[in-house]
Amino acid sequence: MSAFWSAWVTVITLAVIFGCTWLLLATRKSEKFKETTEETVGHAFDGIEEFDNPLPQWWFYMFVATVIFGLGYLMLYPGLGNFKGLLGWTSHNQWEREMQHAEEVYRPVFAEYATLSIEELQKPENEAGLKMGQRMFANNCSVCHGSAGTGAIGFPNLTDNDWLYGGEPATIKQTIVNGRNGGMPAWADVLGEDGVRDVASYVMTLSGKEAVAGTDVTNGQKQFQALCTACHAPDGTGMHALGAPNLTDDIWLYGGDFKQIAHTIRAGRAGVMPAQKDLLSDDKIHLITAYVYSLSNK
Amino acid sequence: MIKHETIEKNIGLMILLIIIVISGGGLAEIVPLFFQSSTTKPIEGLRTYSALELEGRDVYIREGCHVCHTQMIRPFRAETERYGHYSTANEHVWEHPFLWGSKRTGPDLARVGGRYSDAWQKAHLYNPRDVVPESKMPSYPWLFENKLSGKDTAAKMQTLRKLGVPYTDEQISTAREDVQGKTEIDALVAYLQSLGKTHSVYTNKR
Repeated sequence: MSAFWSAWVTVITLAVIFGCTWLLLATRKSEKFKETTEETVGHAFDGIEEFDNPLPQWWFYMFVATVIFGLGYLMLYPGLGNFKGLLGWTSHNQWEREMQHAEEVYRPVFAEYATLSIEELQKPENEAGLKMGQRMFANNCSVCHGSAGTGAIGFPNLTDNDWLYGGEPATIKQTIVNGRNGGMPAWADVLGEDGVRDVASYVMTLSGKEAVAGTDVTNGQKQFQALCTACHAPDGTGMHALGAPNLTDDIWLYGGDFKQIAHTIRAGRAGVMPAQKDLLSDDKIHLITAYVYSLSNK
Repeated sequence: MIKHETIEKNIGLMILLIIIVISGGGLAEIVPLFFQSSTTKPIEGLRTYSALELEGRDVYIREGCHVCHTQMIRPFRAETERYGHYSTANEHVWEHPFLWGSKRTGPDLARVGGRYSDAWQKAHLYNPRDVVPESKMPSYPWLFENKLSGKDTAAKMQTLRKLGVPYTDEQISTAREDVQGKTEIDALVAYLQSLGKTHSVYTNKR
């Protein structure tokens, strides 16, 4: 703050405080009576008169106390322009102290768990570490994956041990750190509406469901083998490297009835897992990974 | 010295004296902020909202998102752990009006950009309970149907430019085609994904 504005703030603040104090003292000095009185100030409106009483003692001294408190506050804390206050307090350094304290308390805890592998963290003696992971999951991941990790339509269930990109500890961590970009292309232009329905019908049979009446499953199978196997594999079991789901296990990210499968084929899907590397520290991601791993490896 | 009676019987004088008394706080606390570089100079590398994000911001205002969501992370560990670096005044110099809010029924959104996928934002705005069963946020299904015409976008940008937001002539000339035909949900999600992403000075790792 420039010297001018510093002086501006200081002068106005002190002028207001001392102005109020002066007003208080001047009013008290000009009182006609020093004790409670029956005398009135001499005017009457609609028969209502006003006693010419002095300022109540308790009120007067409370006012004086607030002035003293205010001046004391301005001595200790920043308030008068560039004057920093005797305590040197700022909201920023208060936050820094808070962070430093937390660092001292939690750093050793995180550091200890960071030396353990994801598998070791599953052991009963490390339950506290998993609980920390659970809390951080609740804060950062549950919005999409659900507070119990069971997901929602479009957001994978993490408890069923069915993995798009693989369920190895390192793969889970990779998914959290760098995120994932799923890419199921839209096939409407290639297949046409009848083709979409045929393939959807065939896909349903992969997980043991009935083919839908009025569709040509043989054509669906032919198209599937021609267009879909590069990602979903010839037997429909998918491919972790590409995040292509297994179509034979009757676990569906975007819904498993005919209409939803047909829509997925027709319009494509683009599921995104946001990368967490710029948001969460490595030690935290380590514990979250351990928790996510524990959800399907009990 | 002025008698009490004189003040009571001259209403004009009383108004003047009241104004003098109550303006003290504003003069000392608010007026200097208009002249400080910390509140008037944009943070390094700050970018303006794109045409689509700007329209999304207006949807955000129209739907009253700021009534339940703040965009102001306070310098407490409990907040910076959850939301990222605390907010500073120089991040908001191009906000007209600012959307700091004053009440959190939902979480702070100052740095929500990039935290969730576009698909999540859309699913959540269509019906929050589809993805967060515990949520009490209202649904906004009409945003998926309403299309933007873009007829006022350029004018909005020009107005903001008068207020000091450095929109370029090019941004203004293509504003209409940038948003025309997009839905309100596209605009709102673009805006939400930009929050906290209009500069990269702070690290939000925690």
